[in-house]
Amino acid sequence: MMGPITQRRKGRLAQKLQLHNGIWGNRRKTAAVLGAVCFLVLAAVALAGWAWREEAAAVDFSRKNLAPCLRYPFGTDWMGRDMFVRTMTGLSLSIRLGALTAGISAVIALTLGLASAALGKWADGVIGFVIDMVLGIPHILLLVLVSCAAGKGFRGVLLGISLTHWTSLARLLRAEALQVKESQYVKIARRLGKGPWYVAKEHLAPHLLPQLAVGLVLLFPHAILHEASITFLGFGLPPEQPAIGVILSESMKYLAMGRWWLALFPGLLLVLIVLLFYAAGNGLSSLVDPGQAHE
Amino acid sequence: MMKRKARENGAASLPGFLLGKMLRMALLLLCVSAVTFALVSASPMDPLTANIGQTALGSMSQEQIQKLEEYWGVGVPAGQRFLAWASDFFRGDMGVSLLYRQPVSRILAEKLANSLWLMAAAWVLSGVLGFVLGVLAGARRGRWADRIISGYALVMASTPAFWLALVLLMVFAVWLRWLPIGLAVPIGMDAASVTVTDRLVHGILPALTLSLTGISNIALHTREKLIQVLESDYVLFARARGEGTGRILIQHGLRNILLPAMTLQFASVSEIFGGSVLVEQVFSYPGLGQAAVTAGLGGDVPLLLGITVISAAIVFAGNLAADVLYAVVDPRMKRARSGR
Repeated sequence: MMGPITQRRKGRLAQKLQLHNGIWGNRRKTAAVLGAVCFLVLAAVALAGWAWREEAAAVDFSRKNLAPCLRYPFGTDWMGRDMFVRTMTGLSLSIRLGALTAGISAVIALTLGLASAALGKWADGVIGFVIDMVLGIPHILLLVLVSCAAGKGFRGVLLGISLTHWTSLARLLRAEALQVKESQYVKIARRLGKGPWYVAKEHLAPHLLPQLAVGLVLLFPHAILHEASITFLGFGLPPEQPAIGVILSESMKYLAMGRWWLALFPGLLLVLIVLLFYAAGNGLSSLVDPGQAHE
Repeated sequence: MMKRKARENGAASLPGFLLGKMLRMALLLLCVSAVTFALVSASPMDPLTANIGQTALGSMSQEQIQKLEEYWGVGVPAGQRFLAWASDFFRGDMGVSLLYRQPVSRILAEKLANSLWLMAAAWVLSGVLGFVLGVLAGARRGRWADRIISGYALVMASTPAFWLALVLLMVFAVWLRWLPIGLAVPIGMDAASVTVTDRLVHGILPALTLSLTGISNIALHTREKLIQVLESDYVLFARARGEGTGRILIQHGLRNILLPAMTLQFASVSEIFGGSVLVEQVFSYPGLGQAAVTAGLGGDVPLLLGITVISAAIVFAGNLAADVLYAVVDPRMKRARSGR
């Protein structure tokens, strides 16, 4: 496959990287450590926000509309609620909801990806058509529709995000499964009389697990951003919940009065959390991707 | 793999290929409207309580409530309603919006006119800038230009569009007071005296938000593709022959990333539409996206259906355009068709 010139160039690159090995180990190890740190931070935020859920709703009119200061780093709102605590609780809610919805989406993607590869052309055609259909409706609009059908609120968000995020991962897994299906040992298994279900479970699924793991982590950012968006539009979590979407939606009323802190910090932290998920996903993918093993 | 696929697609004549694609598109559109209808009618939301309110409903007489229920279609089976809607739709009648009390087609035309130029501006701007930045980052891989562009794209991909809209609103409308805070025209001005400049000024922030977020996806993908091309053996060979970087970029790089870039550009239509829903909500811009949110919150089934079908049609038309351009531009497919 690889020409001799390319190989030599890769060799030189590897030599260059060797210089770093003394301090950092190899690049894979660095990425893995970084990924693990990201996971830990995310878990800590999820826990902290959950522990503060009572405090996030605490109203205290003696401290309302405070700009950010040492005591209240993110300021307080018109009801004297501590914005820092509220933001953390909202992020925790996002992370936990993201985990749930991304998990369900990944299971759907795995099932349909496998079915499309294992059950033959007809099933593949139908699943391909469904994927095209889901992708044909703009994502936000589809979220609105599903959330409406489920009666909005927590159930609306849960169903809306779980049922709309599996498409690209399902396509990816399908392509991978089709490739494995063409390999010798799968063909031999078929000749030995193993059914499609057996082949899918014993031969195809184990090959898809690394892809699935990376896909799952990279689903999180989308799930979290869409949860915030749909809640912001009013189709998601109810206004009593301190979700990021609710916080930002409420802040709109106070923007013209110059209370910038109500919108700036919660959004900024949401962006940070999403970036952490991307970093964690990259760390994981460098661990499971054999193509990066030599780096 | 790639070649085989090209030959398979190209083997049919262009009209046949187009016809197949269009049939599939029509079938998809039909299924989209059926699924949308099923979703909307599955909603447990009572249109009466959502729009009139529990208290007002309590003070009404039984007859009044019955009249209202008839108006909102409470109690008619969903299948029957879908058939009625679909047969009307084919005759060009999209029904009457329950909230606006006007034909859906008229509302759609009005909102679409507001949204379309906003989306078109964002589409062109994000496509061109995204492509240029992606090529720049891919060609200067690992250098500071790449780092800045990739970093920007990654941060933007992680930023919710509506929050970016809020931040831009805070900076340019509240703090600097350069631009209006929302709406499509100045408040309290009658339609005749609104100038083109007024409309442009009100569209700047929404269009800017949409473009800023749209750039990142296209830039990241273009960069990825260009890096793939530049790492190929044929580029290495060209370098060995003594071709300079600029020549390689134009002769080999751009030609090979043009097709995926086209697909990406047409696929981004759906994303821009989704973004416009959020952005229009923040800026109270009276476009299609805001109408969709209003219809969804108010349980306005005909309007929501009309918007979904129209937007799905726009997305599918974009995909179709990409397919056609592919067939016309790709020399491999042209050659396969002419049977050489």
